[in-house]
Amino acid sequence: MFTEITAADNSTNLAFTFEGRMIEARVGMTVAAALLAAGEVATRETPISGNPRGAYCLMGVCFECLVMIDGIANQQGCMVLVRDGMNVSRQLGVAVVSP
Amino acid sequence: MNADVIVIGGGMVGSALAFGLRGQGLDTLMLDEGDVAFRAARGNFGLVWVQSKGFDCPEYAAWTRRSADLWPDFSSEMTELTGVELQHQRPGGLHVCLSDGEFAARAAQMSRLHNHSGGEFRYEMLDRTALDGMAKGFGPEVVGGSYSPLDGHANPLYLLRALQAGYKACGGRKILDAHVSRITWRRGVYRLQTARGDMEAPKLVIAAGLGTKPLAAMLGLDTPINPLRGQILVTERCAPFLDLPLTLIRQTGEGSVLMGDSHEEVGFDDGTRWEVLAGIVARARRIFPFLDSARIVRSWGALRPYSPDGLPIYDRPPEGDGAFVASVHSGVTLAAIHASAMAEAIADGRLPDEVSVLKAERFHVH
Repeated sequence: MFTEITAADNSTNLAFTFEGRMIEARVGMTVAAALLAAGEVATRETPISGNPRGAYCLMGVCFECLVMIDGIANQQGCMVLVRDGMNVSRQLGVAVVSP
Repeated sequence: MNADVIVIGGGMVGSALAFGLRGQGLDTLMLDEGDVAFRAARGNFGLVWVQSKGFDCPEYAAWTRRSADLWPDFSSEMTELTGVELQHQRPGGLHVCLSDGEFAARAAQMSRLHNHSGGEFRYEMLDRTALDGMAKGFGPEVVGGSYSPLDGHANPLYLLRALQAGYKACGGRKILDAHVSRITWRRGVYRLQTARGDMEAPKLVIAAGLGTKPLAAMLGLDTPINPLRGQILVTERCAPFLDLPLTLIRQTGEGSVLMGDSHEEVGFDDGTRWEVLAGIVARARRIFPFLDSARIVRSWGALRPYSPDGLPIYDRPPEGDGAFVASVHSGVTLAAIHASAMAEAIADGRLPDEVSVLKAERFHVH
């Protein structure tokens, strides 16, 4: 569905997990871009209706790309660079802050 | 342009009074200065609050209590009229104490409020165990607090929207960007020069927040109203965890968590300072340590119109006999009584007897 337009030959490879699945990415990629490149289009469920949503504007405005990263809810995937070993999961509804 | 009554001010106080005056059958004209005004009504926390009001003024405490009692019906009537849900709830409210000293001081204040109210002000001092029954996750420093079943909260932005929409639905007229530069009174009529032309009415209400002082002065009334800044932070929307509002923390109908309650005299600066915001967050974390994992998405400052003793000013300027001034910093709590008893009295050409002690003359001791 999505292909990269930059050459990947001189890049360093990183790896992170999304819902437990290992995904490879290059230094400088955002989480949202890496997920799209890996074919993960729907990365959250909306708080009210539970509808699937995924990255849209890719520039920090629309908040459609929210994911949970290393246990912290509602991170904008398009605003966070991939780090090696990250644990990313779907943002399911609202954040839960539990007593 | 003519009307039966002109209300200067389209904020929480002006909108509630204009809505109420229109309800009394008066042809009402509301003047809103526009977004150049300081817009305290856009910066509220949203408490409908009784337990911290009028420690030294039983009349103000009773006025506040009456408005809080009117709120449930007021809220459903506004919703019926406009379709806007005000999210008003009255589960009671908590003031949490973080030391035995704070608890003792709070207990003394609550007892005084109760005694001065002839028993009308109901409250309980709760120890830590009782507090744990009302909300989960209090921090280790929390020793107890005061609870009053009279307290509640609402969404202040929906309140303002409902007042404005309700006013319009009942045939009230509003003019935006109508800064008032001059007021004169002659032969029973107030004449206003405004940025949107001249206007006349036999009755005038000045409820212009921080714009009130110069306007009231045009009619010979000195109203010592100055800005007192409050700062507020709000988190992302979270799953519901808090059933009742606290003095410093409340969870909104949408799930976001508001934290606030600061007081600074910084003139007409409605910005924020990180030192103050950090102080608010530090206290909120001592109350609910788990808030650490909630993300803060926004913060803002707003300027309360504040009198020297912190109480409202309701008064009638000496120039003419149809003008009224209303300036309060609790525009949300008092909206219900402003829209009813206060508007009714103004329509009758009088100040309500219950608030006669709140005239500005109390500051003019010679």
